[in-house]
Amino acid sequence: MNAKTTDMNILETHHIVKDYAQHRALDDVSLTIPSGSIYGLLGPNGAGKTSLIRIINQITAPDQGHVVFNGEPLQQKHIRQIGYLPEERGLYKKMKVGEQLLYLAQLKGLDKKTAMEKLKSWFIKFDIKTWWDKNVADLSKGMQQKVQFVSTVLHEPKLIILDEPFSGFDPINANLIRDEILELKAKGSTIIFSTHRMETVEELCDYIALIDKSRKILEGPKEQIKRQFTDNTYLMEFTGDAALIPMEYSPKLVSSANSGYLCVNIHLPDDLTVNQMLGDMIDKVEIRSFRENIPNMNQIFVSSVGRIPEH
Amino acid sequence: MRNILLVLQREYLVRVKKKSFIIMTLLTPLLMLAFYGFIIWAAIGSIDTKQIDILDESGLFATEFKDTESLQFNYLMGSADSAKASLKSSGADALVVIPDNILLYPKSLKIYAEKNVSLELKSSIENVIERQIENIKLTEAGITRKILEDSRVNVSSQTISINEGVEQASSSVAATIIGGICAFLIYLTLIIYGTQVMRGVTEEKTSRIVEVIISSIKPMHLMMGKILGVALVGLTQFILWIIFTVGLISATSALFADKMPANTEQAIQTAQEIQKQTNPAAAHLTQNVDNPIADITQAIDGLNIPLIIGAFLFYFLGGYLLYSALFGAIGAAVDNDSDTQQFVFPIMMPIIFSIAIAQFVIREPDGSMAFWTSMFPFTSPVIMMIRIPFGVPVWELVLSMTLLVVGFMTTIWMASRIYRIGILMYGKKITYKELGKWLFYKP
Repeated sequence: MNAKTTDMNILETHHIVKDYAQHRALDDVSLTIPSGSIYGLLGPNGAGKTSLIRIINQITAPDQGHVVFNGEPLQQKHIRQIGYLPEERGLYKKMKVGEQLLYLAQLKGLDKKTAMEKLKSWFIKFDIKTWWDKNVADLSKGMQQKVQFVSTVLHEPKLIILDEPFSGFDPINANLIRDEILELKAKGSTIIFSTHRMETVEELCDYIALIDKSRKILEGPKEQIKRQFTDNTYLMEFTGDAALIPMEYSPKLVSSANSGYLCVNIHLPDDLTVNQMLGDMIDKVEIRSFRENIPNMNQIFVSSVGRIPEH
Repeated sequence: MRNILLVLQREYLVRVKKKSFIIMTLLTPLLMLAFYGFIIWAAIGSIDTKQIDILDESGLFATEFKDTESLQFNYLMGSADSAKASLKSSGADALVVIPDNILLYPKSLKIYAEKNVSLELKSSIENVIERQIENIKLTEAGITRKILEDSRVNVSSQTISINEGVEQASSSVAATIIGGICAFLIYLTLIIYGTQVMRGVTEEKTSRIVEVIISSIKPMHLMMGKILGVALVGLTQFILWIIFTVGLISATSALFADKMPANTEQAIQTAQEIQKQTNPAAAHLTQNVDNPIADITQAIDGLNIPLIIGAFLFYFLGGYLLYSALFGAIGAAVDNDSDTQQFVFPIMMPIIFSIAIAQFVIREPDGSMAFWTSMFPFTSPVIMMIRIPFGVPVWELVLSMTLLVVGFMTTIWMASRIYRIGILMYGKKITYKELGKWLFYKP
């Protein structure tokens, strides 16, 4: 690898293999996560996402392969630069919110004074000042999630790993968290998203990787992957006689939007350009709108994995 | 190190602030005080003076009943029937009627009382009469009491332990009591604090906070911080118990100071009476002691108190580390408290076994069973504490301590292997075979 690419990547995994007693959880998984991006780590349940996240967090070690963090081999000291929100949330139920956050921040290496200052600003930001002396058990599930989110980002990590960050939030709080994530990105943090919610991926992610059956099957910038999955079909709204559309475009009528126009799905033959096809159409019907079919993340997931993403 | 300290601090503060800790810490000295108070009360209570009327029809005992602190005798004249009739109005607690043919029919002695007569009173009256009848019969046979008493020799032995050439007066009673208390305390705390470690680990696992924590610090640091934090809670509790108990007892003693001096001896004797009744084994040890208080005080002075305290702290910590590591591993391996039973039992076995054989060790503190069980790290914390007050050769002590250190390092190593796998393993029924495999997994 050359120095230039590693500088741009906060994290690289190289040919990671992880075996458990009964099965191989990760098989030759190499990922490149560019600095400052929001990176969607997708895959069905049991694909190996959590195993990979645990390796990045140094909870477990890979059997083969290695991880590079910010240009250096991953080691203990990097723990302070990583924030992790596990899918299964957990806090000490009988501990006060303030004490607990202070404790978790200190475990991440902050000294007490700095942790206190940062905590105060988060309590003001989230408007939760009255929670400081409450036991975690007395908070609602959504409130606990907020506390846990604060604990994940309090030490201002360079890399933030969020496993299903929106589960358990109502839409208002989900938006609040989404805005926080975008703000953290703007400040220069890199965020790894592990999620089944394709609409979130669609909205937030710059890069995605898809893992299935312990192997990486897709990786790259989201738009580029979408382009890969285009199938040369176009959606056209028009007025006129649908029967006039030549069969070489294999037109399929689809239910139209409320516009009242007819709507058809057409396929671009390999030997024609888009403009040639359009020119042909203009002679036959009156075109109202025309656009390329770009698959959404859900479709990409389904066609790659052969299953719909489960929640 | 910083991480272990952070975890330790949290574990300590959370536990010390708990209501149950505060209640236990305050309640135990109060219970001790109540027990102490009961002994004093029993001692003071027993010196109520009793009025005893004597109707001596035989005329043989006119001077034999002598007033004591607790008994006042009053000789009556007249018939037995009138004395019985006036018992109520006379204010006496009991009436003793000695028939004139008592020499021929010793069983014809009668004691009348409104309430039941205490065994103590009955036997003291019987003793006086027996003694006088004996005297009369001996005199008739030509033997005086003087000759008889000269013929009796009181044999009493003093046990002396020879330690590094210095003879020390020791009392097996004091050694038994001190060794027993230390051993029992270690037994109790191993179970109580071991279980606390186990619960704490399971709580972290089931509440899922463990994944957040071990993404910040190493699992081994989390485990050690917890184990040491709980150990410190235990030591805190010991120290507070000692301070409160000593404080309360000396305050109470000061309060009863005017009544105490005359009765202290009696109080201790009463305590020994109680002990004799409840524990015949200990009683035969006390029987040949003429002046028990002086002897015990002397014997306690003779015991090597700094060694006992040092050894107690060492064996408490060593035993605690050995067992709490195993308890912690179990807490990590299972998913909830109810699954712990099958694994906890085998761990408790050696602790329970060692307290069960304690009485045999007390009887023979230098026997081969005492030796081997005080070397084996799983039983040595309890057994060695029994043996130490009786005196243990230095090489045995050093060997036992070394083995205990090796023992706890081994269990901590094993526990940390099981722990780091177990805390991330959910929804799996764990078997011993599985646990064995975890020992050799790569992280």
